[in-house]
Amino acid sequence: METDNATLDIDRTVGDFAYPEVHVRDAGVGLAPRTVNYISDVKEDPDWVREFRLKALEVFESKPLPTHWASKDLEAIHFDKIRYYLSPGTETKRSWDDVPEDIKKTFERLGIPENERKFLAGVEAQFDSEAVYSNIKKAVGDQGVIFVGSTEGLKKHPEIFRKWFGKVIPTGDNKFSALNSAVFSGGSFIYVPPGVKVKHPLQAYFRINAENFGQFERTLIIVDEGAEVTYMEGCTAPKFTTATLHSAVVELVAMKGAKIQYITVQNWSPNVFNLVTKRGLAHEEAEIKWIDCNIGSRLTMKYPGVVMKGRKARGEVLSIALAGDGQHQDTGAKMIHAADETTSNIISKSISIGKGRATYRGLVHVPKHLKNCKNNTECDALLINGQSRTDTYPTITVRGAGNAVQHEASVSQVSAEQIFYMQQRGLTEAQAMSLSVNGFVNDLVRQFPMEYSVELKRLIDLEMEGSVG
Amino acid sequence: MSSSLAIEPELDEAPSEEPRRADWLGHGRAAGWRDFKALPMPHRLDEKWRFSPVKDLDLSVYNRALPVPPAVREGLIGRCSGLAESAGRMVFANDHLVEREVYSKELARKGVIWAPIEKAAVEHEEIFRRHFMTQEVVLGSKKFAALHKAMVKSGVFLYVPRGVEVELPIEVFHWLHGAGASSFPHTLLVAEEMSKVTLIDYFESADADAPGFACGVNDLHLGPGANLTYVSVQNWSRKALSFQINSTVVSRDASALSMNLNLGAAVARAESVSRLVGTGGRSDMLAVTVASGAQQFDQRTLQDHQQPNTTSDLLYKNVLSDKARTIFSGLIRVEPHAHRTDAYQKVRNLLLSDDAEANSMPGLEILADEVRCSHGATSGQIDEEELFYLLSRGIPPPAAKKLVTAGFLNEVVERLPSRAVKDKLRGLIEARQ
Repeated sequence: METDNATLDIDRTVGDFAYPEVHVRDAGVGLAPRTVNYISDVKEDPDWVREFRLKALEVFESKPLPTHWASKDLEAIHFDKIRYYLSPGTETKRSWDDVPEDIKKTFERLGIPENERKFLAGVEAQFDSEAVYSNIKKAVGDQGVIFVGSTEGLKKHPEIFRKWFGKVIPTGDNKFSALNSAVFSGGSFIYVPPGVKVKHPLQAYFRINAENFGQFERTLIIVDEGAEVTYMEGCTAPKFTTATLHSAVVELVAMKGAKIQYITVQNWSPNVFNLVTKRGLAHEEAEIKWIDCNIGSRLTMKYPGVVMKGRKARGEVLSIALAGDGQHQDTGAKMIHAADETTSNIISKSISIGKGRATYRGLVHVPKHLKNCKNNTECDALLINGQSRTDTYPTITVRGAGNAVQHEASVSQVSAEQIFYMQQRGLTEAQAMSLSVNGFVNDLVRQFPMEYSVELKRLIDLEMEGSVG
Repeated sequence: MSSSLAIEPELDEAPSEEPRRADWLGHGRAAGWRDFKALPMPHRLDEKWRFSPVKDLDLSVYNRALPVPPAVREGLIGRCSGLAESAGRMVFANDHLVEREVYSKELARKGVIWAPIEKAAVEHEEIFRRHFMTQEVVLGSKKFAALHKAMVKSGVFLYVPRGVEVELPIEVFHWLHGAGASSFPHTLLVAEEMSKVTLIDYFESADADAPGFACGVNDLHLGPGANLTYVSVQNWSRKALSFQINSTVVSRDASALSMNLNLGAAVARAESVSRLVGTGGRSDMLAVTVASGAQQFDQRTLQDHQQPNTTSDLLYKNVLSDKARTIFSGLIRVEPHAHRTDAYQKVRNLLLSDDAEANSMPGLEILADEVRCSHGATSGQIDEEELFYLLSRGIPPPAAKKLVTAGFLNEVVERLPSRAVKDKLRGLIEARQ
C-alpha cells in the first residue's frame, strides 16, 4: 500500500461553476472600521449592532492567529485582500420566481428548489453575503415557527434575538468568532415555540459565487421548552485559484427538554478556508446533536460543542471527515459538562487519502463537584495510502470522584488482504475500495436522516485505481 | 516566577575548582549555562506546558547543595532500602558520591563499566561523549535540560558490553539533604548488542518536609537486540520541585521497559521520550503515580516510531486523592515510512476525591501506512460493585478502597519481569497509600 498513484474522485463538480458577479453592494477589499460601518449602513443596523461589530473588530485585531497549536496554513489567508460584503442589493424573496435569474439558476443546478418541494419544511438560500430566498411551509409558519435570515431576525424579533445573540459564543471566543462578529451577514434565525415539533428539516444553503470573498454567516437557533427541530446546511463554491474564506458562527439554544439536531454537509471547493465556530447551550434535559460531515475545503477548523448547563442535558457530535490531496480537515468536538447527570457522546471517523491530512481535536471538561456525568469518545481514522496523515489531539479534564469519562482512538487502513478478498469474489479494485470505505463509516451514516445518508454515500463513492500495492 | 537561581555564582567558579574534569564537560557546562539563561521560562500559552503550574516554577529559592557531614552521610547510607539482592549499589548525597559497593564480582570480569559520571567522563571519554545528552529535548524542558548540563555532578555511567547479561539489578540512590538544596542527577546507560541489564534509580529526600529542587536527566541507549529494564522511584520530599527528562533510544530488535513510580514532590514534571530507531525494536513505557495532598504531577511522553516494524506500549496509571492534580500528555508519532508500526497508549485516572483533577491529552500523529495504533484514556472512580464485593465479605470501607486501588495499580507493576522488583514497588506503593 505504498504506491503513490492513488486517486480519489469525490463528486465535487456539482458546485464548480460560477456566474458573473452582479453585486450592487460591495464593501471593497480589506478590513477596517469603514468596512464595518459600510456593512452596518447597508444593513441599516440598530446602533447596538454597529457598536457590537466595531468592538468585535478590535478584538479580532488584538488576537494573534492560533498557529501555536493550529496549522501554519492559516498564514496563507490575506485578510487585506478579501472582500467582506457583497450583495445584489435586493430583498430576500419568498418565492423562487422573484429571485434574480442567475442566482436562481445557481440554486436550481444545486437542486435546492427541488428538494424543498420534496422533503423540507423550509429553505433559506444565501448567495455571497445575503439571503436571496427564505421560505417555510405555511403549516410550519402557522405553528409560530420563525425561520428568517439573521438580519431580518434581529430587526423583527429583537426581544428573542438580542437575549441570546453572542451569549453562547462570545465575540472573544477566538480570532475567527471575533471576525464573524465584526462583519457577519446572512445566516438563519430560527425560533421554535414551546412544544412545537417541526416534522421536516429546515434547510439553509450557502453559496459563494465571488472570488477573493469572505462569507460570514451568523446563525442563531432557539428551541423553546419541549420543542424539536432539525436543521440542515449545505455549502458549495466554485474552484477559484485564490483563497476564499468562510467563517461562520452558529449558536444553538435548547431550552428545557428541547431537542436540536444540526446537520452539516460541507463540500466547499478546495480553495476555501473554512473556519467555523459552532456551539450549543443545552438546558435541563435538553438534547443537542451535531452531525458534521466535512468533505470539501482546503483547511477546515471546526469543533462543534455543547455546553450542558442543565441537569440531565445531553450533547452529541457525530463527525465524518474526508481529507484528500491538499486538504486538511481539522475537526472534532467540545463537550462542556456544567451540571449533574449530563451525558455526552462523540464519535468521529476520518479518512485520509493521497496527501490528505485529517486531525481530530477534542475537548471534554467535567468541572468540580458534579455527579454522574458521563462522556464517551471514539475516534477512528482510516488511512488509504502511504502519504496520508492522521492526528488525534484530545484534551480531557475531569475533576471530582463522581464522573466517568472514556476516550478511545484507533488508526487503521484498508488492507491489501481485504481488497484481495473482495477482488477474488469478482469486485473491481475500485468497487472493493469503495465498499471498504463505506463500511468504515457505515455505522455512523446509518444514524443520519435518510436523505443525508444517501447523499453522503454518493459523495463517498470512491473511484480508486492502483492504490493497493 | 523567576528563572534566576540562587546557585548561579557558584557555578561560574565551578570549572576551576575541579581541574580533573574533562575540558569538554567544562565547555558543555558553559554552553548549558548560556542556553539556560537564553531560553525563556515556560509560558502559560505554550502548548507543551498546557495545564502545567508554570507559575510555581520559582527557582530563586534553591541553593547549590553542600556536601553532607559524615554523621548524616552514614545515616543516609543506612536508610537506603533497596532490594535484598543486587549486583551493586551507589549512593549520592547532595550530588556527592558517598558510597559505591559492588556485590557482584562478575561485573568487572565481564567488562561492565559502572562509574560516577565525572569519573567516567574522563576515563571513558570517547564512549561517554558519544552518548551524553545527544538526544534533542522535544517535550518542553529544553531550558531545564540546559540547566542540568550546566550543573550536573552526580549520577552513574553504566556500560554493558556486547552479549553480557547482568543477572541482578544495579541500584543507585540519590539523597537530597537540607532545606532548599538542589540536585542534578544523571544516568547514562549504554547497553551494547545483545546485552541485558536492570537499573533502578531511587530519588529521596532526607527530610520529608524540606523544600528542594531536582533536575535530572537520563539517557538510555540500547544497541541491537539489547534488553533493558529501567525503574525510577521518585520519592522526593513533599515540598520539592522536580524535573526529570528521560530519553530511551531503542535499536534494531532491542527491547526497553521503563517504569516510573511517582510518589514525592509538590510539583513534579517528567518527560519521557522513546525513540525506536531500528526495525523490530520495542519499548514499554510504564508509570504509576500516587498523588495526594496538593501534589501536581505533570507527565509528558513521546513514542517516536522512526523505523518500520517497531512496537511501543505505554500504560500510565494515576490515583488521585485530596486536591491532587495530574496532567498526562502523550503522543504516538509514526514517521513517514515507519510502516507496520504497532503502538499503544493508555492512561487511566482513578479519582478518589471531589477536589482531585485529572487532565489527559493522549495524542496520535500518524504519517505512515499499515499501522496499528490506538490509545485510550479513562477517568473514573472506584467501581461500586468491586467495593461492594469486598464490603460484603466483612472488609471495612477504608481497607476495601485501599485494596481496589492497589489492584488498579498492580496491573502496571505486574508488567515488570522481576519478582523481587515487583515486590519492592508494591511495598513502596502500599506504604504511600
